[in-house]
Amino acid sequence: MRLTVFAVAGASLAVLLGYAVFGLPPFGTFHGPYTDYLLAHAVGQRHGTNVVAAVTFDYRGFDTMGEEFILFSAVSGVALLLRASRDSEYERPVDAQPVESLTAVGLLASPVFVVVGLWLVAHGPVTPGGGFQGGVVLAAGALLIYIAGQYRGFRTATDEAVLDAAESVGAGGFIVVGLVGMGLGAAFLHNFLPYGRIGHIDSSGATAVINAAVGLEVAAAFVLLVTEFTEEVTSARAHRKLRDDADREGA
Amino acid sequence: MSYLPYVVAVWLLVVGLYGVVTSRNLVHLTQCLAVAQSSSYLLLLAIGFRTGGIAPVFSGVSTGRKAVDPIVQALTLTDVVVSVTISGLLLAISVQVFKRHHSLDPAAGREMQG
Repeated sequence: MRLTVFAVAGASLAVLLGYAVFGLPPFGTFHGPYTDYLLAHAVGQRHGTNVVAAVTFDYRGFDTMGEEFILFSAVSGVALLLRASRDSEYERPVDAQPVESLTAVGLLASPVFVVVGLWLVAHGPVTPGGGFQGGVVLAAGALLIYIAGQYRGFRTATDEAVLDAAESVGAGGFIVVGLVGMGLGAAFLHNFLPYGRIGHIDSSGATAVINAAVGLEVAAAFVLLVTEFTEEVTSARAHRKLRDDADREGA
Repeated sequence: MSYLPYVVAVWLLVVGLYGVVTSRNLVHLTQCLAVAQSSSYLLLLAIGFRTGGIAPVFSGVSTGRKAVDPIVQALTLTDVVVSVTISGLLLAISVQVFKRHHSLDPAAGREMQG
């Protein structure tokens, strides 16, 4: 029954979409007025050489603010769903005896990831990268501590209160930059910082500040997201251990 | 052949939806949805591609060079973020379903409530 319905619906969707995509310009021949304008003028107007970052944080800055709050509310939602049902009192698990090589590689790679992440965030407006990409790499750097078998170390390095604060500052920073532009008598998110020399790290004015705020928000959001799930696993594991201990005592 | 990437995008969407419809496990279902969503990345990036174009990053490159569309790349970035947040939320809901029904079968909740 389920498959029959899907066969009809899926086939219709495929045929309609197939018909639609053949109305698109053939692959490799796209020609849009906005594209031509941005490619010709974005670097001169915004002084950042990464046009994708200029579009994300400047031309479409308002839209990216919404995107950032999608991430913010989703992480809040996950925290709400998982924290509410978690017992406040559960035993923290003892770090499992990790494989030494895994610990060594994890702990060696973690600072490298953090540096690469910071580099990607800082150079976002100039070279490929940016707040979103660098933020994820930063979060991966923190998670490597967990992968190395150091759960306690991971939780110490990523204090929940600090994460919550970092996420809020990152998300709020975006709005603050927008409001400062407005306070100076221009439009929301109007660039109010001087532009530097094209291609330099400080060249793109307020875009760099927004980019950094997004980097902070994304890094905190992803660590928080994973932490909510790992806490879930560890608390379930702790519960199972408690139950097993009780069973053993009963027997 | 010049329409192949678009056709692949349609295929990814349909095959992802097939997975969602037939899935018997909520974690698997979340991954199927991610496959379906990845079709939109492919479609966006394929539309913006221009033969012979470089990446729209002009560090050390003159701005006159032919480049691919930066707008669809920025849109794809938004798309990826949306996909990840949806996966995160769905997995959190899956954890709750498992706690309540001790099963990850999407049908389990319905049967047990009735």
